[in-house]
Amino acid sequence: MVRAIAILIGAGIVACLAWALFGTVYSAVTDPAPPTAVEEFHRHPKEVELASNGLLGTFNERQLQRGLQVYKEVCSNCHSLKHVAFRDLTQLGYSAGQVKKFAADWAVKAKQFDPKSGDTTDRPNTPADYFPTVYYPGTGNPPDLSLITKARHEGPAYVYSLLTGYQDQPAALLKHFPDAKVPDGLYYNPYFANLNLAMPPPLTQDGQVTYLDGTKSTVDQNAKDVTAFLTWAAEPNLPARHGYGLAVLGFLLLFCVLSYGAYQNIWRDIKH
Amino acid sequence: MSFPWAKHYEPKSGFTKWIDERLPLPRLVYGAVGAGYPVPRNLNYFWNFGVLAGAALAIQIVTGIVLAMHYAANGGVAFDSVEHIMRDVNGGWFLRYAHANGASMFFVVVYIHIFRGLFYGSYKAPREMIWLLGVTIFLLMMATAFMGYVLPWGQMSFWGAQVITGFFSAIPVVGDTIRIWLLGGYAPDDAALNRFFSLHYLLPFVIAGVIILHIWALHIPGSNNPTGVDVKGEQDTVPFHPYYTAKDGFGLGVFLLIFASLLFFAPNSLGHPDNYIPANALQTPAHIVPEWYFWPFYAILRSFTADFLFIPAKLLGVLAMFGSILLLFFLPWLDSSPVRSSNYRPLYRIFFWVLVLDVLVLGWVGGSEISPFKVALGQITAAYYFAHFLIILPIVSRAERPRPLPNSITEAVLAKKGGTSPAHTALSGSPVPAE
Amino acid sequence: MASGNTLEVPRHEEPHHDGEPRRRDFLSIAAVSVAGVGAIAIIVPLINQMNPSADVLALATTEVDLSKVEAGQGIVVSFRKQPLFVRNLTPAEIAEADKVDVKSLRDPETLEQRTRGKKNWLITLGVCTHLGCIPQGITSGEDRGQFGGYFCPCHGSQYDTAARIRKGPAPKNLFVPDYKFTSPSTVVVG
Repeated sequence: MVRAIAILIGAGIVACLAWALFGTVYSAVTDPAPPTAVEEFHRHPKEVELASNGLLGTFNERQLQRGLQVYKEVCSNCHSLKHVAFRDLTQLGYSAGQVKKFAADWAVKAKQFDPKSGDTTDRPNTPADYFPTVYYPGTGNPPDLSLITKARHEGPAYVYSLLTGYQDQPAALLKHFPDAKVPDGLYYNPYFANLNLAMPPPLTQDGQVTYLDGTKSTVDQNAKDVTAFLTWAAEPNLPARHGYGLAVLGFLLLFCVLSYGAYQNIWRDIKH
Repeated sequence: MSFPWAKHYEPKSGFTKWIDERLPLPRLVYGAVGAGYPVPRNLNYFWNFGVLAGAALAIQIVTGIVLAMHYAANGGVAFDSVEHIMRDVNGGWFLRYAHANGASMFFVVVYIHIFRGLFYGSYKAPREMIWLLGVTIFLLMMATAFMGYVLPWGQMSFWGAQVITGFFSAIPVVGDTIRIWLLGGYAPDDAALNRFFSLHYLLPFVIAGVIILHIWALHIPGSNNPTGVDVKGEQDTVPFHPYYTAKDGFGLGVFLLIFASLLFFAPNSLGHPDNYIPANALQTPAHIVPEWYFWPFYAILRSFTADFLFIPAKLLGVLAMFGSILLLFFLPWLDSSPVRSSNYRPLYRIFFWVLVLDVLVLGWVGGSEISPFKVALGQITAAYYFAHFLIILPIVSRAERPRPLPNSITEAVLAKKGGTSPAHTALSGSPVPAE
Repeated sequence: MASGNTLEVPRHEEPHHDGEPRRRDFLSIAAVSVAGVGAIAIIVPLINQMNPSADVLALATTEVDLSKVEAGQGIVVSFRKQPLFVRNLTPAEIAEADKVDVKSLRDPETLEQRTRGKKNWLITLGVCTHLGCIPQGITSGEDRGQFGGYFCPCHGSQYDTAARIRKGPAPKNLFVPDYKFTSPSTVVVG
């Protein structure tokens, strides 16, 4: 009885799916979806070589310092970094005193609410403060950058590609998709999900940032450095994670070998 | 325990005797997972996964309890509190990555455990109750995992909550009322987040309770084995301890090795990047998918694209998705073959492997973006999924001619090891000393 | 185990009697020991996570501006989420504190010992050493008790002008945290 009912129900479901399948195939044949500009012109991020890549990746302090400089001078006007605290910058090799001064000099001040007067006043940032939120009045919606390299597929490669990927809209695109002209106020970037980005090209010429450590400042170098910095900002514990990971794997490998030996030893007289 | 040769607990010292007379807990453990539980001697590595599932649950409960000491279930701060755990709490990144990847490991282990049961007929008499409790655990796990995924309050959390509670709006007449009741509002917000947190904390303990019943029910008939043949005598079994504790210890080591590789070297590989974007009620991510362990069911949901006989596609999809799990409750009665192990079921075995492949393809379809090809593929594989359980299994279990079964576990073991020595196989059913 | 049964199960114990493979048990002991070490190691992060997190530790020092605190006045600032009493003692209060016979005190300390070079700046935690209430007396107008320092209304502990316990159930003087003057009018506590 159960089986008879089951076969009936099963036949019903299969019929239902066959009908749906017919619909899918029919519409795919008679009314195929036309290709879109995004399908044809969106590009996969370029790989970027960073010290943090790979299973044993770690950070290059000097590169992070340069990246912080790029973030400060270029990105921080529009993009917040609100999950990172100034005190975290000691991980970039700065002393506590340097961090204190850096925090106090930061252009956007910390807000302080006075519960008596109801006024909000500015005060200089301290190392304990997080990077203050930036409020952006223009068009577009600049995302917070604290987690950007984890919030996109292949995050570091994406950030690097986006920063170096601005170009003129290809003529071939306009030829095939005349309606896909970049709207006013947006910029063409094949690495952006819908190809048209509200962010103007942030890195436009070599030497835009003058590195304190004397490294030659090119757009490519700036993009790489800020990518490294943002990778750190998103996952500051990465070197610790890799270090502990190696120790744990070694320990577990030892345990596997010993427990396999113990298992074989205990079973040695039992056929199974 | 139903094995007359099972060893009995004998307290040795005065203290253990004193305990045994007042609270015979050591006796219980001895009989459940100690030397007092006889287990077939021929279990293969697939039988490790029950213990591993228990270990995975324990890892989830322990890491979950400590994470709850830092997490805040409020829409305004939930996302930030998770980042606080990741950055500032001592070892917080380790605990959170362990919990997030631990959920994946739990599902991997449970899926292998389920397919082992399917292959070796572990759901058949007299083990139906074990199977029913197991499906119950699976459902509870899915609910727990879904609610846990909402807690970080990223974009996938939010839209996952929106979509999954949307299932209930497919119910005719009262659907919307039920959905609003579930969420405590019109969209996921503080009310939903708080109740999901409360239930996410509660359900694992319910799961632990059902697991106790699952193991209790297991101890009535004892474990199944790769031949599917009943245990005939003491020569067919070994005591759980030390034999299977040793084997499970090794299995646990391998499990932890894989778990640690994931946790320390690719902790975000199974997650979705969008969940590192704070929840935004006004913007849906371009491509929303659930966690990988729901992909096959998500594919079934999406396969119902056309209304059928006045039933709207949305309702069909939701019914089919729940039905695809609920039908497992009827499995013991859909399969009427007296033979348990697929090793002796030449026809069913083929369909079993087709099912494995089918579910993998469903998973792939469920996890990727919609295209006409993938929708069609999903519809075909979804149809096979239902056909397998509801049509093929009842028919095959009637029509198939099973291969001859060994007379006993011991005979099968000796035939395999001893190169089918006729002297051994002749001693069917009687105690056979090794070598 | 040795139930006299002829079955194979107990057989694996037999080799123990001839002594030879006994060292093979080393494997079991080693595996269990390593598992034990692992179990203990995993407890460390589970316990350590309850220690103050990095953001809490970052707030562990507080800078206090003393320029606006006149003699005879006191202010309360937050130090590690606890009240910190900063009091500018008058010469009369200093004299009164110095007058006391230190040996007669429950927790013998001189005002000298309880300050850092500048005897008029008395900086203490505003947490009664009895059971943790906040004593009164730092804000003008509050009850300072009969010794002119602080008075804890919860259980009646009385502190003198050097914030030393004089009467009531508290066992210790108000706690003096580590601090140092970074300029004549700034002090960093913690």
